[in-house]
Amino acid sequence: MTARTIQVDTLARVEGEGSLYIKMAGERVADVKLKIYEPPRLFEAFLRGRHYSEAPDITARICGICPIAYQMSAVHAIERALGMCPDPAIRLARRLFYCGEWIESHALHVYMLHAPDFLGYQDVIAMAGDHRAVVEKALRLKKIGNRIVSLLGGREIHPISAVVGGFYKLPTKTQLQELVSDLEWALQASIETVQWTTGLEFPNFEQDYEFVALRHPEEYPLCEGRLISNRGLDIDAAEYEDHFTEVHVKHSNALHSVVRGRGSYLVGPLARFNLNFDKLPHLAQQAAAAAQLKPPVKNPFRSIVVRAVELVFACAEALRIIHEYEPPAAPRMDPPNRAGMGQAITEAPRGILYHRYAFNDRGLILTAKIVPPTSQNQRRIEDDLREYAAQLVAWTQEEATWKCEQAIRNYDPCISCATHFLDLTIERHSDEK
Amino acid sequence: MTRIIGCGNLNRGDDGVGIYMADRLREYGIPAETCTGDATGLMEVWCGAADVLILDAVCTGAPIGTIHQWDMRHSRLPARSWASTHGFGIAEGIELARKLGRLPKRLRIYGIEIAQFAAGTDLSREVRASADKLLQRVIANHFPEKQ
Repeated sequence: MTARTIQVDTLARVEGEGSLYIKMAGERVADVKLKIYEPPRLFEAFLRGRHYSEAPDITARICGICPIAYQMSAVHAIERALGMCPDPAIRLARRLFYCGEWIESHALHVYMLHAPDFLGYQDVIAMAGDHRAVVEKALRLKKIGNRIVSLLGGREIHPISAVVGGFYKLPTKTQLQELVSDLEWALQASIETVQWTTGLEFPNFEQDYEFVALRHPEEYPLCEGRLISNRGLDIDAAEYEDHFTEVHVKHSNALHSVVRGRGSYLVGPLARFNLNFDKLPHLAQQAAAAAQLKPPVKNPFRSIVVRAVELVFACAEALRIIHEYEPPAAPRMDPPNRAGMGQAITEAPRGILYHRYAFNDRGLILTAKIVPPTSQNQRRIEDDLREYAAQLVAWTQEEATWKCEQAIRNYDPCISCATHFLDLTIERHSDEK
Repeated sequence: MTRIIGCGNLNRGDDGVGIYMADRLREYGIPAETCTGDATGLMEVWCGAADVLILDAVCTGAPIGTIHQWDMRHSRLPARSWASTHGFGIAEGIELARKLGRLPKRLRIYGIEIAQFAAGTDLSREVRASADKLLQRVIANHFPEKQ
């Protein structure tokens, strides 16, 4: 009778603080717990009583990697509550702003957080010794994403320009044109990224997921669209809570989101790609075809290739917007002062982000609800690990641990509202009879 | 001229001590940069500078307020000494730059031992006192004309 424990004290390369516990009984996985022990941050509670105009800046503080997602979900939810419809140029500027975040976040995750798993390095620092040009490319891509965010948002981290009704200040056409040569380089680098990630080795692992993503009639989704799934879901953001619910589990301070009556689901690049392949720009479709990547992609380890395809999209879309953009007469509409309630969903780099606000006739928030993408993927990560860990018996301790960490990073989890490290424990027992 | 870079997060208690010092140096007319995001951006901030001084919070177990100094051309940071509230910390940023051959000719770090980095709190009394003392040392050693 043998019992083994694998423990990793510091799993960096995830955003957030948590731990993973896996208990094996022979070939059977007895228990999987992705534990998020960071204390709740109570953002929804302290939004209450604040004016709705503060929500974009307050919620942007939830995450240093995807603050624009929080700002965009907040402004869209509040504008829906107020019946506002900003100028089409503002809509374009918001898409460009979001492209900047996608470029920055996807470049960081593909090259610096996820690639070391596939190449057998402990981290990107070790990887940089042998793959200097690759890491330099990642840093330049990330910097270009940052430049877009700075230009639209006023600064790279926790940008400050987005506001209900538009932006405090918008760049001129000339300022946007200055991004073009960098973005043309980034587009080519992204196509090369797809090729590069295609050459990685992927475990043979597929799951029957419910993919959930926005879908827009004309474009690859960022800020707008209906929420759909491959199992028949097709709803407006206002119906989100009729179809999804959050449940508390004892081992996590982050709530698990589930589809009512069905259970776990997957949000993020795989879901967007599988449900919106036809809306990708031609160059991104071409890059995917060259990588023999066709929807539905059901292997979560291939998410690194899909992220690279989305990098191609984000660069191509940014260039398209810069080409078409004409500054609006005013950078923002003045919001009316009235009571209201509104919901919105936007596509953060790692998946859909839901916001709901209700406020009174003085604009003071009465209730707020935020469901971040990692909360939506959390149950699905556990489900993946339950299936994947069953293969652990064939692996050494070290391999098993490595692969489980890699499987978590498929989701680019952003527990960052919380964490820096993830401890992984796998208990192994021979089958008890 | 020495390029000063203050690192940290002003909204996380003592983690903001590097930013606090950078802000104070600017009051003396000394140009000081800040790095508040993930530390992969450090290489951009020191780009073109031959002599760089980083100011940041550290956590080594020494008494609160202790001022540490490291010369990064010749040594590495003690493991897990950084109280970073970002995913990619200063130590990783520096080691990545070392691997890529992008360290400046001279790179020193002044770190102040901190007490806490709770959200929404101010600098601890001991940390602020050490920061003020360190500021005077930085000005005297690197910018004597500003004294």
